[in-house]
Amino acid sequence: MKKFVFWLILIVCFFGLLGLMASDKPDKAAPLGLPSVSYPENNPQTPEKIALGDKLFNDKRFSDTGQVSCATCHDPAKAFTDSPLKVSEGIQGLTGTRNAPTVINSVYFESMFWDGRSPDLEDQALHPFVNPVEMGLKDHQPILDIVRSDPEYTEAFKTVFGKSGENITMTEVTQAIAAFERTKISGNSPFDRWYYGGETEALTPAQIRGFDLFINEGRCVSCHLIEQTQALFTDNRFHNVGVGINMIQNDIPELASEYIAAKLSAEEVDVKVLSDKRSSELGRFALTTGFDDLGSFKTPTLRNIAATAPYMHDGSVATLRDVVVHYNNGGVTNEGDPVNDFLSGGIRPLNLSDEQIDDLVAFMEALTSPEFADAVKTSEQK
Amino acid sequence: MTNRNISRRTFMKRMGALTAASSLPLSLVELSFADSHKNFMFAYISDAHIQHITGTKFVRNWDRGLIRAVAETNLLQPKPDFIVFGGDLAQLGTRPELDHGAELLSKLNYKTYCVMGEHDYYLDLGEYWSKLFGPQYYSWDHKGVHFIVLNSILTYDEWTHERWPTAEQRMLEMAGLDNPNGSPFMVGEEQRKWLAKDLEKVDKKTPIVLFSHSPIQKIYKGWNFWTEDAEEVQALLKPFNDATVVYGHVHQIQYNQIENISFHAVMATAWPWPYPQSYAQAESNLPKLTVPMNRADPFFERDATGWQFINLKTGRVTMDYNLYNNTNRTVAYNPKTGQPEDVDFQAADKIIPPQIHF
Repeated sequence: MKKFVFWLILIVCFFGLLGLMASDKPDKAAPLGLPSVSYPENNPQTPEKIALGDKLFNDKRFSDTGQVSCATCHDPAKAFTDSPLKVSEGIQGLTGTRNAPTVINSVYFESMFWDGRSPDLEDQALHPFVNPVEMGLKDHQPILDIVRSDPEYTEAFKTVFGKSGENITMTEVTQAIAAFERTKISGNSPFDRWYYGGETEALTPAQIRGFDLFINEGRCVSCHLIEQTQALFTDNRFHNVGVGINMIQNDIPELASEYIAAKLSAEEVDVKVLSDKRSSELGRFALTTGFDDLGSFKTPTLRNIAATAPYMHDGSVATLRDVVVHYNNGGVTNEGDPVNDFLSGGIRPLNLSDEQIDDLVAFMEALTSPEFADAVKTSEQK
Repeated sequence: MTNRNISRRTFMKRMGALTAASSLPLSLVELSFADSHKNFMFAYISDAHIQHITGTKFVRNWDRGLIRAVAETNLLQPKPDFIVFGGDLAQLGTRPELDHGAELLSKLNYKTYCVMGEHDYYLDLGEYWSKLFGPQYYSWDHKGVHFIVLNSILTYDEWTHERWPTAEQRMLEMAGLDNPNGSPFMVGEEQRKWLAKDLEKVDKKTPIVLFSHSPIQKIYKGWNFWTEDAEEVQALLKPFNDATVVYGHVHQIQYNQIENISFHAVMATAWPWPYPQSYAQAESNLPKLTVPMNRADPFFERDATGWQFINLKTGRVTMDYNLYNNTNRTVAYNPKTGQPEDVDFQAADKIIPPQIHF
């Protein structure tokens, strides 16, 4: 009898474990290293909607000059950025203040834009159309005029949303764009194959040393998260790491007062921070006026980072090596420069050697997904 | 961290809470029942623990905490009428530490009142501190409120003057926690006499606000969250309608009501201490009213530190805590219940559970 109970327990445990393993398995859709994706209830994915979003994403007519589309700054060949530009170029060569973030894996982000002023991909897609230095439309009407009359669009909107004419609004337009963007999921990098796939040869010795630095001495992992079953390489939080704000330290009292008094909406912040460099450097503070947000920006993912130079919210740091040097200096790009008063806790000098810095760079170069390997090569030629 | 698929509604709610939390203190709301002369704000920075390493080197973490609090305080709108620094400017009371701390404090754009902490005192018994900052106990009136500063970290004469072979050892013994060689803090007879006399001329309806480094109440003796003659000091405050004690030393949010006296603790800019109740090796009297704050991710060096601004519109303290990597909080006197309460988190279902860090 005892023996029977023992075996029974063993069998129950075995199946229990199997069950656990099964529930931990990511969706088929999620590549190695990434969690499964869940989609907003009010915007389910369909192949037709994704195709429509793709078309909208690439349509240059949705800009004042007819020359700028979403893809202008989020170019698939450049890992959905506009590398090697420091800051994005909109209509008539007008420049903004911020480096184009990638669309890849944005499905996992908890907020959009460098300062998180937008809650989701649908809302995000509304703003560049009408920002004066991006696509420059006065309002969204020209877009609606096109999608309500262009035969290809009218048919697609009918199929996808069952809507036509006045019933097509920016809600449907941005839902389709967001659905397209949510398909840009990319893992399966050498790091993923090594860490999650158990391929011991997938990383070079320098990359393995770099990984060790990444999670220990380099202190990178505290914001660029690597977890047991997945690695988004972002904590989706906002930090002042000493970029940009270091340049406007004397202006902060005046600027901060302005923003505290003005209490701008997200739309107003969108226009203001992209057209005024000094305002841009206030980071998330421009939106919240909370002291903890002064000079702080969202932690970007590091996936495919080798393809998207230059770096940081303003593109002010040219190479991955320079980025590591910036952190090694404790939040200043040039050693000896003054540290800004509002620097986030956790950013401090690291005392890494040149070899260690090289190893960290080597590790970040192991985060490229196979589909963007060519983008890295193009980036290196520039 | 894996809860990434937050709905838009949750996001907006969070955004709303965030915006409210961060913007609330910056707009001074006029209350109809408040006397206009009481309508002012001051800021409170405390426990910087500036620590000398060697030569011109100081512990960076503590430096950054004070630098940030000073810089942020300078951005406050409307402007505070003055600043109080709540003690423990230095770690081991040395001249380099006090000088460096004074230099960082000098960047404040406002008049600053200083309170003595034990880390400032027990090397030279407050001599150099007094040269820099003046008297160790004093009072002043401001817009209808009577403010008092006491040096509450004194102790028995024998311990102070006779027990230790060197001043350095005396300093180190007093700096230790759970130290059997330590000694409880007290205000002492001299200051109590002075306080009694000082309060004689003050109308009983005048709001009284007393600043001390240690709590003028008995919470946890092993860490000197304690003042030995607390009851005697409290007795002097009892005749007043509105009396409030604001103290540092504990590096955490605490608040309490003892009869007519409200008690509020302030955050440190240096590091957090745990709540005494989490350390169950000795009896603790953490006030029942206190809702411990959510803390702390050790990577983020400022997490569970902070500073605060205070208004006295109601004659009692409304304490706004500016907290890093955390949700800002307000603890205010509730006239309905007659005690200070956390405006957002007092109810059992509103308490934020401790964060889990892997």
